[in-house]
Amino acid sequence: MIRFEPREPASLGRLVLLPVIAAVAALLLAAIPMAFAGLNVFSAYGLMIKGAFGSPFAFTEMLTRATPLILTGLAAAVAFKAKLWNIGAEGQLYAGALAAVAVGTGLIGGPAFIQIPAVVLAGALAGGLVMLGPTLLKTRLGVDEVVTTLLLNFVIILFVQMMLEGPMKDPMGMGWPQSEPITDEAALPKLMARMRIHAGLIIALVAALGVYFLMKRTVWGFEIRAVGENAAAARHAGMPVTATFIRVGLLSGALAGLAGVGEVAGLKGYLTADISPGFGYTGIVVAMLAGLSPIGVIFAALFIASIFVGADSMSRATGVSNYLADLIVAMALLCVLVSGLFLRFKVRFVGVKTVQEAAE
Amino acid sequence: MSDILDILLAANFWAAALRIATPLIFGVIGALICERAGVLNLGIEGIFTAGAMAGWMAVWLGAGLWGGVMVAALAGAFFGLIHAILTVPLGLSQHVSGVGVTLFATSLSYFIYRTALPEVSSPPRIEAFQPLNIPGLSDLPFIGTVLFQQTALTILALLLVGVTGYVLYRTPLGLAIRAVGDNPSAVESQGLSVYGLRIGAVVVGSAIMALGGAFLTMSAFDAFFFGMVNGRGWICIALTVFASWRPGKALIGALLFGAFDAFQVRLQTEVGSFIPGQVFLMMPYILSILALIIVARKADYPRAMLVPYFRGQR
Repeated sequence: MIRFEPREPASLGRLVLLPVIAAVAALLLAAIPMAFAGLNVFSAYGLMIKGAFGSPFAFTEMLTRATPLILTGLAAAVAFKAKLWNIGAEGQLYAGALAAVAVGTGLIGGPAFIQIPAVVLAGALAGGLVMLGPTLLKTRLGVDEVVTTLLLNFVIILFVQMMLEGPMKDPMGMGWPQSEPITDEAALPKLMARMRIHAGLIIALVAALGVYFLMKRTVWGFEIRAVGENAAAARHAGMPVTATFIRVGLLSGALAGLAGVGEVAGLKGYLTADISPGFGYTGIVVAMLAGLSPIGVIFAALFIASIFVGADSMSRATGVSNYLADLIVAMALLCVLVSGLFLRFKVRFVGVKTVQEAAE
Repeated sequence: MSDILDILLAANFWAAALRIATPLIFGVIGALICERAGVLNLGIEGIFTAGAMAGWMAVWLGAGLWGGVMVAALAGAFFGLIHAILTVPLGLSQHVSGVGVTLFATSLSYFIYRTALPEVSSPPRIEAFQPLNIPGLSDLPFIGTVLFQQTALTILALLLVGVTGYVLYRTPLGLAIRAVGDNPSAVESQGLSVYGLRIGAVVVGSAIMALGGAFLTMSAFDAFFFGMVNGRGWICIALTVFASWRPGKALIGALLFGAFDAFQVRLQTEVGSFIPGQVFLMMPYILSILALIIVARKADYPRAMLVPYFRGQR
């Protein structure tokens, strides 16, 4: 028999140690599909590490990949903390990217110090507004936000395709469905010459610190946590539960929107309908690995990004499908979910007899 | 106006509606069984993908069509078991576990497909299920076209609606499943195992969901494509609420949905030059959201849904 006994609030060491164990477990489990694909497991891991950390270029690529993941991870972390199940970060990311392109391709003139904030703000606003819909449907009508946010992802990506094939299509794009390029004044600056790493990383890190401060030091943050722990009790205690959900929804959507801004205004320079290989969904894994801690999100995003970049590089070298990365990430989510048990409970292996005695 | 009436009265139209509805019927029935037992299964999208891939691949490897259906169901049951263990005895978040199972099942299916078939330019095809041709029945006016010129999987889906309805409402097992989603401690006090019932329901429900995926690769198409499930699983979760967790209403909901979809495809050929194609592609998702909004006020969720049960705890 296995018995779960509730545990006192976990120590910081345990909070940090468990996700690390889960991540290592996922990597070890990945050896099974790797072996199945005929890889030498040890050299494959070696290639992955080299691919993510082996050179300055590899390292900056990893940081570039981590940038949207920090933001979508924060989007999920904030929302899940209030038990608002926003699974629509993918769509909110595209909404943010679309708004960034709409504003950043010459809608407003002026120098960079006007245009960049305008683009960033537009993206955040668009993401937030997209999440406002499902949040209001939840608070006003009791419509489950899980399904509405999931379904909106498809609607928004189709809308982006429609815009890119219609009114927002680049006339100079050789017929490809892509937007006009973001102007030089509206583009986020690169952080290093000849590398792709861009100022979106700064935005992401500032956002993580901001969310940390909000959650720990403000009344709103306290209310968010209280609503997440027990919405009925929070309402009973006179907290503005509906307003809290709306704030959380706007913030979560805005964070995901910022991820879209970074991808178009920082990385690509223009919008296509495939800028995100599922950053929104991966953000959920990031948030869970981080135990919903904003600072933890940074480290979890770095870990997930190194798996993606490392597996891409390993895949190019060995010819094994890079869906392996998605597989490792999915297993990391399941592993961290299970390891969460050890955070909340002491797991005791006891004889059947003891259980019977206890029952008597 | 009479054009619209012509469309709605045509047997071909309703045959198409039922064809589009078939994977959704499997999905909604599967989701309904899980949720009736108190477990939301957001693994559905990945389970669809796994069923589509596993069923197709089994046939491609020579298992025969019904062998493929069995393999798809087993794949669904496998991922359902993972979700069940995580959410029932371990009591973990059903939302997060479901998303995890979807990510896991999808990426594992894609990885296996790509590993077995590296870099094929066009996906290999199988000899898929063919429309039934039952002498007599298939020649009946209207009904023959709508019902009996479908593939065997569509008939199986319709039979499953009846079987599920019978089991849920006319057998002690069905009573126990419904009770375990409403009031698990009452079930426990009857000496029945809450965990056993919930795990069993999730595994069986997931196996049925996977058949919806198998329909895509073995009946609607004859090959596996990346992204082919395309949100159908999530649509089923919405339709389950719309159907208020009843198999009969689930059938009606899926059929209505299929009819709307078939109708807009026909509309598209009429007015497609004026309206971008994406508008039509958006319709199923928008329709699902509308369906949720319509029933939101009176949605009567199984009372213990999402609530983990721990023995000896009230």
